[in-house]
Amino acid sequence: MTVLPYLVAVWIFLTGCYGLATSRNLIHAVGCLAVCQSATYVLLLAVGYRAGATAPVYSDIKPGSRPVVDPVVQALTLTDIVVGATVTALLLSLVMQISKRHGTVDPDELRELRG
Amino acid sequence: MNHLLPLLVAAPLLGAGLLIACGRRLPRVAAESFGCAVSAGTAALAIWLCLNSSPPLTEWVGAWTPRNGTSVGIVLVGDGPGLGMSALASLLTLASLAYSWHYFDEPPRRHAGSYPALMLLFQGGMCGFAITGDLFNAFVFFELMSAAAYALTGYRVEEAKAVQGALAFGVINSLGAYAMLMGIALLYARTGELALTHIGRGLDTHGGPDALTLAAFVLVLTGLLVKAAAVPFHFWLPDAHAVAPTPVCMLLSGVMVEFGVYGVWRVYGTVFSGPGGIPAADLERALTVLGILTGAVGALMCWYQRHVKRLLACSTIAHVGLFLVGVGSLLPEADDGVALYLLGHAGVKAALFACTGLLLDRFGSVDEHALHGRGRPLRGVAVMFVLGGLALAGMPPFGISLGKAVTEEALGGPLTVVYVLVSAVTGGAVLRVAARVFYGLGPQPRVGSACETTGAGEEPETRHRLSRIPDTMRAVPALLLAGSLAVGVVPGFARIVARSVNEAGSGGALTSAHWTAAGVLLGLVSTALALALAALAVTRPELLGARPWTLPLRRLQSGHIGDYVAWVLLGTTLLGALALPGILTG
Repeated sequence: MTVLPYLVAVWIFLTGCYGLATSRNLIHAVGCLAVCQSATYVLLLAVGYRAGATAPVYSDIKPGSRPVVDPVVQALTLTDIVVGATVTALLLSLVMQISKRHGTVDPDELRELRG
Repeated sequence: MNHLLPLLVAAPLLGAGLLIACGRRLPRVAAESFGCAVSAGTAALAIWLCLNSSPPLTEWVGAWTPRNGTSVGIVLVGDGPGLGMSALASLLTLASLAYSWHYFDEPPRRHAGSYPALMLLFQGGMCGFAITGDLFNAFVFFELMSAAAYALTGYRVEEAKAVQGALAFGVINSLGAYAMLMGIALLYARTGELALTHIGRGLDTHGGPDALTLAAFVLVLTGLLVKAAAVPFHFWLPDAHAVAPTPVCMLLSGVMVEFGVYGVWRVYGTVFSGPGGIPAADLERALTVLGILTGAVGALMCWYQRHVKRLLACSTIAHVGLFLVGVGSLLPEADDGVALYLLGHAGVKAALFACTGLLLDRFGSVDEHALHGRGRPLRGVAVMFVLGGLALAGMPPFGISLGKAVTEEALGGPLTVVYVLVSAVTGGAVLRVAARVFYGLGPQPRVGSACETTGAGEEPETRHRLSRIPDTMRAVPALLLAGSLAVGVVPGFARIVARSVNEAGSGGALTSAHWTAAGVLLGLVSTALALALAALAVTRPELLGARPWTLPLRRLQSGHIGDYVAWVLLGTTLLGALALPGILTG
């Protein structure tokens, strides 16, 4: 049990947030959002990790013969990846449309909605 | 009967799938009728289940029931509030599908099914979020309803504003959702459970709250408060609501934002309210501070808008602040009041958006100043708009007024003042718009600030500017207002709502919700204040016009995604600081 993976997850999340807050390009911003999401993968997998355990697949090992890592968090991570792929694709298509309509993908130059 | 619970999610999702698959071959009428039929069927099922939800229904999907107290299955919980929220979401989806009957421009060629399909996906996500008893599934349904909402907000992809608003909405809400998922992972790490009640029990057996509990609480609440648009997580909301098609605004403001408040109530009540969770005093402090801040900022922003849709969006923020104050008090009576308030607010706000949509499609503008006096021919719409404004201000006997009266009585003291002031300002702003646009009262205002969205020159959402308003577009706001009135006047309705909320929330401490003399009086006071504010604003515009000190507040609403993300982080820190003292001393 080490605290390192948890610190890594926090660091990735904050890096993504920093990138989002200072982004000068909307494609980069959507990428940063995906970075934030990767932090959740790391955190989920770290939660399910057991030292000396193997993958929770019982095709070649007998149940109970070896410890396995928690399969629930892996299922959660898979679901999370699916959700993330959908959202990223949708947001990127919106960015494409912004580029067509505004002629820029720099958030500093989008001045349609204020006040 | 509990086996029918998954249908609330499955039916809209299946309907959406069918519409996407067959949308190419279907004529538009068939696709839209099918969408209406599916959402109506789901609404009927939700109402029927809601009436039979005592004792609460529980369904382990696929019969994966817990063994020896541990579970890997997914649980759906059909109690009064959950089923009530899914009934509300389904009814509003039906209303906005009926309102948008033949409403948009010609849909993309050979894709007549895509709009109703997205609406059904949205409905399915909201119903799922309402009845899920599993925290991870709450995240999945949260993202499902969000993704459908982003797509619907940016539905008119040819409009520059629409895609910008949808992107800000998408980025901020998804960031909130990922924060929530981090919190869920921490809770799973501590308890090894994902079902809400099991997590709560797991936290309690582990002992008192510590840093991990606090971190999980703050992260989960960040996600929910972003959805609820609490200050300072609220910046996405005016941008998204100003640009979304009107029928979508009805859903966003009427029920989606309220799901954030519902989520806070549900998650705190089942997960964090035990001895191993967050002490009640901390939640009370956090939600009261954020709620008052939200109410004040929302009301101020609302008053100074001239873009009518943004004005209504900001009034939603203000009212969410009041919901949060009510929920944060953790009193069973306040819960009843907030539930009634929420039901009444959904009808009124959706009706006001529907009326604004009529203005947009008739005149091609939603700018209060440009529309001065042009709404005179629309007499029926004017009456509905004024009634909506009065209801928003808390005029008895609308449902909003009853809910507010019950909550105010439970809260007492200075918080009552907040309730009266916020509803008076938001109601007054709507009445001011009505007086100027529909009755042409007062001089036409000429002042404008450089840093605002005016709402002039918007594209109508219908094929042509309407010369005659279709009956469906008139009937829907009228019915919604009638529904909101019914919440307040139908005898016994308030009692049923109170009983089901208390059964689910406060462990059987039964209270009753009914009209009282003090409540009616407070409602009348706030209505009179709203009328006075509107009259003053119309006759002496310079007296209540923009002040230099409000300019910074409006500049914060910069339309810049980076700024909004920074505010979300600041809000998370603030939430952590507000909830910290109990952990330190406990």
